Amino acid sequence: MGIAPVARSGKLDRRKAVARILARRDDALLITGLGSPCWDAAAAGDADENFYVWGGMGGAAMIGLGLAIAQPRRRVLVITGDGEMLMGLGAMATIAVQRPKNLSVIVMDNERYGETGMQPTHTHYGVDLSGMATSAGFPVSVTIRTSRALDAFVPTLYEAAGPVFAGIKVDDAKLPMVLPERDGTWLKSRFRKAVVGSLD
Amino acid sequence: MRSAVGIGQRLPAIRNQGPTAMAKKKKSGTGNGWADGVYRAFIDGGIRQVAYVPDAGHARLIARCESSPKIRGVPLTTEEEGVAMLAGAWLGGQRGALLMQSSGAGNCINMLALIQECRFPLFTLVAMRGEWGEFNPWQVPMGDRTARVLDNAGVLIKPVDEAGRVAETVTASLRLAFSTYRAVAVLISQRVIGYKAWE
Repeated sequence: MGIAPVARSGKLDRRKAVARILARRDDALLITGLGSPCWDAAAAGDADENFYVWGGMGGAAMIGLGLAIAQPRRRVLVITGDGEMLMGLGAMATIAVQRPKNLSVIVMDNERYGETGMQPTHTHYGVDLSGMATSAGFPVSVTIRTSRALDAFVPTLYEAAGPVFAGIKVDDAKLPMVLPERDGTWLKSRFRKAVVGSLD
Repeated sequence: MRSAVGIGQRLPAIRNQGPTAMAKKKKSGTGNGWADGVYRAFIDGGIRQVAYVPDAGHARLIARCESSPKIRGVPLTTEEEGVAMLAGAWLGGQRGALLMQSSGAGNCINMLALIQECRFPLFTLVAMRGEWGEFNPWQVPMGDRTARVLDNAGVLIKPVDEAGRVAETVTASLRLAFSTYRAVAVLISQRVIGYKAWE
């Protein structure tokens, strides 16, 4: 498993945590919300089946829903941030109603708006995203704070009947940006070619 | 002077005489048979996911989609969810449509950047309010600007104000959206949908 994904603060290191999650992805499809989740996923290794959302804040989980409905035999992971998830909270209700078994929504929660000056988000003041997902009707929803809990939960992200929600509390250190490709048409066409085989 | 209504006392029976209560659900317009034509256009056009925020003008089409074995109906909490969802649907190989009222167009604007930047195909069917025989003044600000706002956000606008032309406009617009990777909005006039008779 390599070294524990923990930062100096004792909190989980987001980049190592994402790498640990994606090490088991097999043929899973990945949507990343704007900002640090994109850099985390790019640092873990680019793949054709990664779709990095550089904008459209609040939409990552819903992109995941449309994809999960269209590709019911493949696992769909959405990795996003707390600020991005907070902007689209209604998606929790919409996803819970649809109950896609193959969708896991993962929020890397550093309690900060990392791209705009590290202002605290609502989770910093106690808003409980996994509690909200539970209340919406996600059959599996957890908050993860430790390396051990993360390791124990990773198989659930890929195997449990979803939708699964995982809020992962991570250190708020500003890490070097690892930028994936940013041309939207290229990213979307690459992803679709890899998954569907055609653009029609 | 009459005494005020006391606690626990029944309110005088004036409730059925207020303007709101007097509004009948009866509608003007040309009937909603066009919805069946749109449903067939959806099936013929390969639409598999239909996301919607309900509008009375879409009620029949929503019911048809929700009872269809070929279409997954997805109720949304806000219209921008549908924009993002249909991008995901296309990434996974399925075509979708977004049904909304004109007041929902404004909710979509930033999410439409995702569509424009990536050149995702997007089809939306907008039931107009605040546009033809409207009674509720609060519907006018968004309804009057729906076409301009969507146009500004990079969406191709196809207005239709005759019931007989709705299905063919939908068919042509689906082809335009999915063949040329563009966002296309068909705006169905209140003239077609009908407006609430408030008095």
